[in-house]
Amino acid sequence: MGFLTIIIEWFPYLIQGIFATLGLVASALFLGVVLGLPMAVGQVYGKRLVRFLIAIYVWFFRGLPILVLLFLFYFGIFPGLGMDVSAFFVGATVLGLRGAAYQSQIFRGAIQSVSEGQMIAARSVGMTKLQSIRNVILPQAVRVALPGWSNEYPNILTDSSICYAIGVMELMTRTSQIVSQTYVTMPIYLVCAGIFILLNYGGMRALHMIEMKIKIPGFGTGAA
Amino acid sequence: MENTDTILRVENIHKSFGDLEVLKGVSFDVKKGETICFIGPSGTGKSTLLRCINLLTQPDQGSVWLGGEEVTNSGKQINHFRQRIGMVFQNFFLFDHLTAVRNVEIALIKVKGMKPKEAREKALEELRQVGMEDWAEHYPAELSGGQAQRVSIARALAMDPDVILFDEPTSALDPELTREVLEVMKKLALAGMTMIVVTHEMGFACSVANRIMFMEYGEIIEQGSPQELMSDAKFERCKNFIGQFDGVNGD
Repeated sequence: MGFLTIIIEWFPYLIQGIFATLGLVASALFLGVVLGLPMAVGQVYGKRLVRFLIAIYVWFFRGLPILVLLFLFYFGIFPGLGMDVSAFFVGATVLGLRGAAYQSQIFRGAIQSVSEGQMIAARSVGMTKLQSIRNVILPQAVRVALPGWSNEYPNILTDSSICYAIGVMELMTRTSQIVSQTYVTMPIYLVCAGIFILLNYGGMRALHMIEMKIKIPGFGTGAA
Repeated sequence: MENTDTILRVENIHKSFGDLEVLKGVSFDVKKGETICFIGPSGTGKSTLLRCINLLTQPDQGSVWLGGEEVTNSGKQINHFRQRIGMVFQNFFLFDHLTAVRNVEIALIKVKGMKPKEAREKALEELRQVGMEDWAEHYPAELSGGQAQRVSIARALAMDPDVILFDEPTSALDPELTREVLEVMKKLALAGMTMIVVTHEMGFACSVANRIMFMEYGEIIEQGSPQELMSDAKFERCKNFIGQFDGVNGD
């Protein structure tokens, strides 16, 4: 019975980690879209130099382990820039910049899957290239990308636990703290695992609902 | 006489893709309200010629004039000219993520800056013109080829263009659907719309066109009215071409 009381006693402390974890995931997904989508557009439609710079970016953030990126930013880049930022800020930034690299490639594939005729038709009614991309290409590409993009959620959610290494007070960090305070291991880690699974399930359900909501005849998104 | 005004002038258009010279100096004039049909074997540059008119394909040489203004070398102004040159494609190219009515109104809103309510009214009016008003809220994937093509004609019409280019508008359709699209086009021609039509529909060309251009190997080889084409001996090559169809269609 001992560990049950311990769990009940520490549960509120653990629960607070959910906010940090979800905060990390939300920042990463947000930055991923805000940076990843324009990067994808740049990679498909941009000039040679633009495409080159984006390729370098993607290569860098996909090429390094998260842990290396975290330490690089936490101990190197941010201090080097004279910025005194929280561990959470570093974690959210690194997951976000890394997410943007991955997500840009999901969006790039989706943009390239939109048939060439769509751009031709948009230009033929007098839209500029930018108007065509915004009003015709992206609305279609985003629908194509959504299933693949949704898959980034569990990836980033599970990846976020590695922010433990720089002391972000998220689920994993708090779990370890409780373990070292109470010497109860298995039950505490199981509770932590349970919370991750619930967050995963809930998030995927929510994303699936969005997919269904923006579903349009002729687009295979979220098809059974 | 307004009817004799030249609305579109195409001068000496050349276009090569790599080593292949697709257009070898094509010139012609179109008068306001005229319907001109381009016929000829596949791969002779008819579609490329159409795309050179609104610069979807950049010609290597030559010029295009719309109502006395030069379309070629117009820089950013090209988007303005394209509003005045409608285009209908073989494979429709409707915007797949938009309903029929949204397909027609989007350029009115985004390009012409029309108010959404006004644009909706105009779009519905154009859909009525092509008999598609009952399908306004349907997506392209839910339309037959003939219906989709009629919506795409409405999309072109909505911009109030000076001329509409039809690039083999019925080549992707079965005979029944072809007929419903040709009827719409015939109605437009009779209503005085200026049209340039690349087609393999000889019946349509002969009954609707003011002039027929026969193209081969990147040049206009023979041209004249349908009547001339039927009777005049100089249209030998063209008659041979049409004769092939008769052969296939059976004795």
